[in-house]
Amino acid sequence: MSEAAPEFSVIKMYAAREEIYPREIKGWYANWRWVCVWLTQLVFYGLPWLSWNGRQAILFDLGARKFYIFGVVLWPQDFIYLAALLIICAYALFLFTAVGGRLWCGYACPQTVYTEIFMWMERKIEGNRSARMRLDRQPWSLEKLARKSAKHAAWGAVALWTGFTFVGYFTPIHILWGAAGTLTLGPWEWFWVLFYAFATYGNAGWMREQVCKYMCPYARFQSSMFDQDTLIITYDQERGEPRGAWKKSGSKPAQKTVQGDCIDCTMCVQVCPTGIDIRNGLQYDCIGCAACIDACDSVMDKVGTPRGLIRYATDNAIKNHLSPRQIWQRALRPRVLVYTGILLLIVTAFLGSLVTRTPLKLDVIRDRGSMGREVEDGIIENVYRLQIMNTDERVHRYRISVSGIDSITLATPDIVELKGTEARAVPVRVRVAHGMGEKGSNRIMFKLEALDDAALQVKENAVFFVPR
Amino acid sequence: MADFTNDFWSAYIALLTLLGLAGCGILLWAQSKVKIPVSKDGKQQTTGHNWDEGLEELNNPMPRWWMWMFYISIVFSVVYLVLYPGLGAFAGKLGWESTGQYQAELKKADADYGPLFAKYQQQDIKTVAADPQARAIGERLFLTYCAQCHGSDARGSKGFPNLTDRDWLYGGEPGVIKTTIMEGRHGQMPSMAAALGSDKDVENVAHYILSFSGSAMSDPIKAAFGKGKYGACAACHGADGTGNQALGAPNLADKVWLYGGSSESVMETIRKGRDNTMPPFKNFLGEAKVHVLSAYVWSLSNDTTSLARK
Repeated sequence: MSEAAPEFSVIKMYAAREEIYPREIKGWYANWRWVCVWLTQLVFYGLPWLSWNGRQAILFDLGARKFYIFGVVLWPQDFIYLAALLIICAYALFLFTAVGGRLWCGYACPQTVYTEIFMWMERKIEGNRSARMRLDRQPWSLEKLARKSAKHAAWGAVALWTGFTFVGYFTPIHILWGAAGTLTLGPWEWFWVLFYAFATYGNAGWMREQVCKYMCPYARFQSSMFDQDTLIITYDQERGEPRGAWKKSGSKPAQKTVQGDCIDCTMCVQVCPTGIDIRNGLQYDCIGCAACIDACDSVMDKVGTPRGLIRYATDNAIKNHLSPRQIWQRALRPRVLVYTGILLLIVTAFLGSLVTRTPLKLDVIRDRGSMGREVEDGIIENVYRLQIMNTDERVHRYRISVSGIDSITLATPDIVELKGTEARAVPVRVRVAHGMGEKGSNRIMFKLEALDDAALQVKENAVFFVPR
Repeated sequence: MADFTNDFWSAYIALLTLLGLAGCGILLWAQSKVKIPVSKDGKQQTTGHNWDEGLEELNNPMPRWWMWMFYISIVFSVVYLVLYPGLGAFAGKLGWESTGQYQAELKKADADYGPLFAKYQQQDIKTVAADPQARAIGERLFLTYCAQCHGSDARGSKGFPNLTDRDWLYGGEPGVIKTTIMEGRHGQMPSMAAALGSDKDVENVAHYILSFSGSAMSDPIKAAFGKGKYGACAACHGADGTGNQALGAPNLADKVWLYGGSSESVMETIRKGRDNTMPPFKNFLGEAKVHVLSAYVWSLSNDTTSLARK
């Protein structure tokens, strides 16, 4: 046996992207995705145009550091609510992923949604899958140039409108609309409109599945939330294999013994937006969009076999032939219950604290300069700046009072009026008669109460200093 | 270049940086393709890496744009190092430095606000005080430079005069206030314990002093005893205790007390004396700012609304 010299070949560790031409698919799951597209986009494009209390209903005013969300005005001090909201989003994502796999990716993720919109425009302008493939293979012609430029113009328009809407959440959109008309946006507004438009155009038009496969962090860690009972999109190998075209002759039952239900039409591959073959099993590139299910079901309908060769099922269900009822029973497993429990707890705490929030805040800042001063008749005086924040949108008059030491009084007016969402530093002098209180620091308490609403009050501890 | 003792270390660091960058590029280039033995069937699914008897690495290439981003990063860093300092002691083609940036900002601020202060400097202090914008500027200056001692409400504290009453140690005319801020003040009260005699005498004089302002703390009998010894104080504070602004001697006949108006505080002042300094702000703030500041301080105890109306 002569040993042949081993042959070597060079393989590339980086490869050019292969263009994917997903075939359009209609069906139960595709309809659900369009419902999600409509819902999310109506909310996104529509919300900034709504008005509330004579202002934009939802406005994140970064300059004034105030977030307006319908009746609620959030201040920097309310940052905890943003944290809570993000935690809720994260837990909801964990829960949905543990139960339903990549539901978020397949139906609601902006990357999916905008890709869906952009692909729709692409189909309208360049035609269906085969027409697009043909167009791309053609040499440049006037028609190709026209179609391509029309497509990019349409993409660009939607992208710009998206960027404009995004900035409309931070700058009042009616003003922005006027400024955009005359191209007199501020430098930052220009930057963000164009940046967000560019991101939309690039991601939904060019990057598409590359974002899901190589850039998305969620795609990387979602597998840790999967288990044997998580719903995934699966190909029923047992039923489908061996695959192959059915011979025209012969009756079906007879064929069944040697051939599976999969006729190897590759429709499931053609419709896949990430270009994978689901029949190879669960892959990290699968975003769970169920396009292959719709495609396979329509084929099964045509050839007259039951639907569900490719379907939502769990690993366990495929292995142990579980019924849908059994799948649902297994959904209630410890990890799901724990996620649900924590989620309910945080949502309750979040809503509870948001509802019972007092729209009034008080910070007491002892004067940095003077510790304590002696004024006439040996009276001791301390100076404070009360940072009063009326986080309500109505005008309120507040009474300031102070307690904690005998004979403690305010030497400045005790009534202040604040306009809606106004914050003001009110200088306050507090006096204690000669000989009262301990030498050194004494604990006192400021109380602020609205004259028109007894429930609207806050208390804040402070220190009164008696010089030695 | 104080950061490097000689050119060697600068060159050493520059070389290390460039070699590091070149190394990144070479590594990237070398790893973008690998040579592997071809399998028997001619199909090659794996990279040929094999661990733990059977764990094989599938060839699942990264997108090519990803590799280009690495190359672009390397080019970017070279361009950056040419333009900005970062290669040893090389200052960079743009000549950027943090001190220069600070100076530029300072210059910009002077260019922005200089004319404003210059405008106010041409005006009389009382006129400046009637200008709400000038008062707002003055308040911010006060909160930054004066509030540490005089309090943010300018009402002072023990040893630091209250600037909102109409009582002045050196006089409250606009020009005097400006002089005080520009040049500073040094107030001295000598210890009078020895001159007055016994502790009892000190106490009696203190009560006599408190009686000038009709203080509730003044004991009339002790005050009567103290009257005779007050002569030692009258040289500066006057026979009626109304003080002398030329000397900076406080008025003792009002209810304003720099170190407190209780009998204990007054006794301590007499026994130990006081030494008080207001620092000069001439060199630190410059006359233009002090001018606006003086107007603000003057406005604290004077009604500027009548000025604004005329």
